[in-house]
Amino acid sequence: MRYIPFATIRDTVARLCIEANCLLGEDVVNAFEAALKIEESATGREILKQLLQNQEIARKEMMPICQDTGWAVVWVEMGSEVKIEGGELNEAIQEGVAKGYTEGYLRKSIVADPLRRKNTNNNTPAIIWTEIVPGDHLKITVQPKGGGSENMSEVKMLSAADGVAGIKKFVVERVWRSQANPCPPVLVGVGIGGTFEKCAQLAKKALLREIGSVHPDPFYAQLEKELLQEINQLGIGPQGFGGRITALAVFIEAFPCHIATLPCAVNLNCHAARHKTVVF
Amino acid sequence: MSTSVKKSITTPLTDEVVRSLRSGDSVLLSGVIYTARDLAHQRLVNALEQGEALPFDIKGAVIYYVGPSPAKPGKVIGACGPTTSYRMDSYTPSLLKAGLKGMIGKGNRSPAVVEALKKFCGVYFAAVGGAAALLAQRVKNARLIAYEDLGPEAVQELLVEELPLFVVNDCYGVDLYQEGVKQYKKER
Repeated sequence: MRYIPFATIRDTVARLCIEANCLLGEDVVNAFEAALKIEESATGREILKQLLQNQEIARKEMMPICQDTGWAVVWVEMGSEVKIEGGELNEAIQEGVAKGYTEGYLRKSIVADPLRRKNTNNNTPAIIWTEIVPGDHLKITVQPKGGGSENMSEVKMLSAADGVAGIKKFVVERVWRSQANPCPPVLVGVGIGGTFEKCAQLAKKALLREIGSVHPDPFYAQLEKELLQEINQLGIGPQGFGGRITALAVFIEAFPCHIATLPCAVNLNCHAARHKTVVF
Repeated sequence: MSTSVKKSITTPLTDEVVRSLRSGDSVLLSGVIYTARDLAHQRLVNALEQGEALPFDIKGAVIYYVGPSPAKPGKVIGACGPTTSYRMDSYTPSLLKAGLKGMIGKGNRSPAVVEALKKFCGVYFAAVGGAAALLAQRVKNARLIAYEDLGPEAVQELLVEELPLFVVNDCYGVDLYQEGVKQYKKER
């Protein structure tokens, strides 16, 4: 058994919340720079330059990249030989999120009830996805997810006969209908297969991938490439003002499927693709 | 559409200034503006309907759709990029009728808002969504003036210097989103 103290987890989660919101990943910065070379629209280039400047200011001042510092979505991979000393894992994460959002001057965007809408004032509860795996390691990823791009996301139960063509049509149309709202250039997380809810979770998990990484399955690597190409022909461009760069990446996560179904989920992420990971 | 020259404008906006702005223009906005999002809009429009005074002079005013992150000690404001505008669409025509001249947000407006901009001579600007730390540097003063109970949604009076914006919908009915995308869309 390996013992990890409750306070260590709480404090690490707090730090990850702050770092994910203030320090944009190198892969995203590189993607902005690459996009700047391709974008034909002068307005589009001006926007990409502002985004590059913005992340520099955010990094220097430890200020959030975006005022919408998101839902704290937390992914946990916990070895079966790990024990938390002095408390429960979920509690440590929730306390860490409250601490990070409070001490880091991050915006508290969560309301306690969807209809009565009173703010919880510490950005909890976090959404926690835990997977128990063999071994004695603990991996925690914090993925702050903004509301604007979440509003443009969708799950659709396609018919098995719709196949690849149906998936492509749904994904491309979802981006087209979103236009400027999810803050393009976007990242497109696509979940294919599983049950209704599994599929949506896959789409969110897909957004954790590094921009520029290639899908390990050549079939899906090709589908990602084709989808990205089609999306970038839509002309939406940076911030929806027209241009070549509508999406920076398309990431697919596939899962086994029932013989009668073909679920597909699209989870859009704004250009601020924020996530930070620690492995104990 | 030209973005090479940035037009400098100052609040409160006059009809003359609004008429000089064209969809696609890059603008640097200076002066006093007011923050408001969903719940604050509901209260502003309720106040108008009840014949009550608004918390600020709406004649020539510009409203910024923003819910900033908290300011760190010694800082004027936290990160403050625009939020999505369509959620304010249903309230906007009444505010334009009352004298509002400009709005700053991101994303499309409804046909009713575009019509109201023509009718009451108003303009809709976009700031770059997610450029919130950069935009924060252009805010020189912030003062809470109403609806404190709304937290990040309370109304603040901001003094801004050269806030970088794009004209989306001008008072002539032109829409940058539609025109811009049309220019770059490749038919499949």
